[in-house]
Amino acid sequence: MLKIENLHVKLEEEDKQILKGVDLTVEAGKVHAIMGPNGSGKSTLSYVLSGRGGYEVTEGSATLDGIDLLGMEPEERAAAGLFLAFQYPVEIPGVGNMTFLRTAVNAQRKARGEEELSSTDFLKTIRAKAKDLNIDADMLKRPVNVGFSGGEKKRNEILQMAMLEPRMCILDETDSGLDVDAMRLVSDGVNALRDAGRGFLVITHYQRLLDHIRPDVVHIMADGRIVKSGGPELALEVERNGYADILEGAA
Amino acid sequence: MVADPRTTATDERLDALTLPAGNGWLHAARKDALGRLRAVGLPVRRDEYWRFTNPAPLVRVAPAPDAPTQTDDPFDGVDAYVITIDGDRLDLPDGAPDGLEITTLSKVAEADIHWVRDLYGKLEAAGSRPVSRPFAMLNTAFATGGLAIRVMAKVSRPIHIRTIGGTDPILHHVVKVDADAAVTILESGTAGARSNIVTEVDVADRAAFDHIRVQGPDHARHVNTHLFARLGTGSAFKSFTLSANGQFTRNEAVIELTGDDATAHVAGAAFGRDDLHHDDTVFVIHDACDCESRQVFKKVLRDGATGVFQGKILVKEGAQKTDGYQISQALLLDDDSVFLAKPELEIYADDVACSHGSTTGAIDETALFYLRSRGVSKRVATDLLVLSFLTEAVDEIADDGLRDHVGGLMADWLSRD
Repeated sequence: MLKIENLHVKLEEEDKQILKGVDLTVEAGKVHAIMGPNGSGKSTLSYVLSGRGGYEVTEGSATLDGIDLLGMEPEERAAAGLFLAFQYPVEIPGVGNMTFLRTAVNAQRKARGEEELSSTDFLKTIRAKAKDLNIDADMLKRPVNVGFSGGEKKRNEILQMAMLEPRMCILDETDSGLDVDAMRLVSDGVNALRDAGRGFLVITHYQRLLDHIRPDVVHIMADGRIVKSGGPELALEVERNGYADILEGAA
Repeated sequence: MVADPRTTATDERLDALTLPAGNGWLHAARKDALGRLRAVGLPVRRDEYWRFTNPAPLVRVAPAPDAPTQTDDPFDGVDAYVITIDGDRLDLPDGAPDGLEITTLSKVAEADIHWVRDLYGKLEAAGSRPVSRPFAMLNTAFATGGLAIRVMAKVSRPIHIRTIGGTDPILHHVVKVDADAAVTILESGTAGARSNIVTEVDVADRAAFDHIRVQGPDHARHVNTHLFARLGTGSAFKSFTLSANGQFTRNEAVIELTGDDATAHVAGAAFGRDDLHHDDTVFVIHDACDCESRQVFKKVLRDGATGVFQGKILVKEGAQKTDGYQISQALLLDDDSVFLAKPELEIYADDVACSHGSTTGAIDETALFYLRSRGVSKRVATDLLVLSFLTEAVDEIADDGLRDHVGGLMADWLSRD
């Protein structure tokens, strides 16, 4: 579904190569995890795929169901079915969470040529999904992420994901800043969305998130490349021995 | 000898105006203002408080020919006592709420003794020191109409002054809020191609005055307003202005806190594009102890629009425990737009807390990306962020219903902008 080939990316403003030839394919129905030390390029990969500015693709390609992602605007990528759960969800004072979500859902439906969701249908859907994530009515009414705790922000990301029903979900260090309970809640939300037609790319530093969201494939990224891929046992190996051994072995 | 351009321009303008006839106290007040105006003259660009705003559109004899388009009542749906000023026509409808005495300037002029006499032109004159306000002087001298509103109790329904029509109206309102009384005044309308509106407000001890004004969304208008207020002990003053578009807007407020424990909050949200010029000039004078003042002004400018903020907090000697705050912020949506800010603090008391800040910035790219990554188009995402930026100023409106109403109006005007 998501196919990344030989992706080379540098910073737009300076001559610094971040990704140095990433090859990765995520099949529908599968959960892939990317682990790696700080500065290995994990977050950059998620930003480049979702269309954040400031990066320049110098070589390679990324496609979603055969469609070139890199030539599209961020909102077009979203409409095509890509979703990024942010490591640091942005606070937007003055814009109600619900208003924002409804705008987003209907913008995507419109872009896909589908009919907009009526306010009754929207309310019904969001209430049910919010309940599963332990998000109360007050959190839905409040401005987007303003005054939310770390856990609330991440739950809100998953609520957005559940409402937008993307085909391909990228989770960028969703576990950062979460306590054990919040991590379980978020993971349950993600697991509920797992199905045969949907792919996941889970970016994380630590193995612990992968206890909750069980990956099919684990990749280790270092210095802008994927240096090793394997099953879930690879994550356990990182947990036990750190990255140094693996990186040495790969070199 | 070469004539001074200020004198020439002032003479030309004044020659084209006629002092309304009369022989009572009102006429004396008009002549006094005219004398003060002749002494200082109309402003020129090099004057300190006109460096950022070219006064020419207000000085010239005839207003620009473009007339604004009549707009719908922006307070439609708000339960209020509506007074419509249509050009020179000013009728007071029945059904004024209890606790009010409302009359017109022309009626007041006929009375020998009237409370208006103690205020008309008086707060304006006081507010012209140390910085002269020549267009307010002109207004006091030549006002063709206006309202005299006395508030004697806590008035439950807002008064809505809707000013429409006319070509170059000069309106002068006087409001007196008695001790322990309270009122909310809404202001709206598109008054002529050029309008000059002065409002003098005397807020007595423990009284409350709430003011919400909306200007827009028509573009072909040149607006100059002055709000002069004097606040008694324990009184509360609030004024908020929403401005959408407009070729020329200069909103001045001069607020003097004369009694202890008084509060004054002035705020504004403005947005527009192209040849928009929007100027907020605010002067808050602390002349008593334990008072609080707050200024919150936000502007969103695009396609070459210009925003100006000149805000001053003056803390006089002995005005201890003053809490003064001022923030002015502009969001520039492109490289062609300009924000000019002059925050000033002048403090002669030693036990005060005053702060001011001013920021000018572009749209937050991270927030924009966040919204777009959810499928929201760049345009709609920008609108949402603009709304988000301006909402902090709208939040200064105390009443929940009116705040929601103005917030909704702003969103509606933004989406049509």
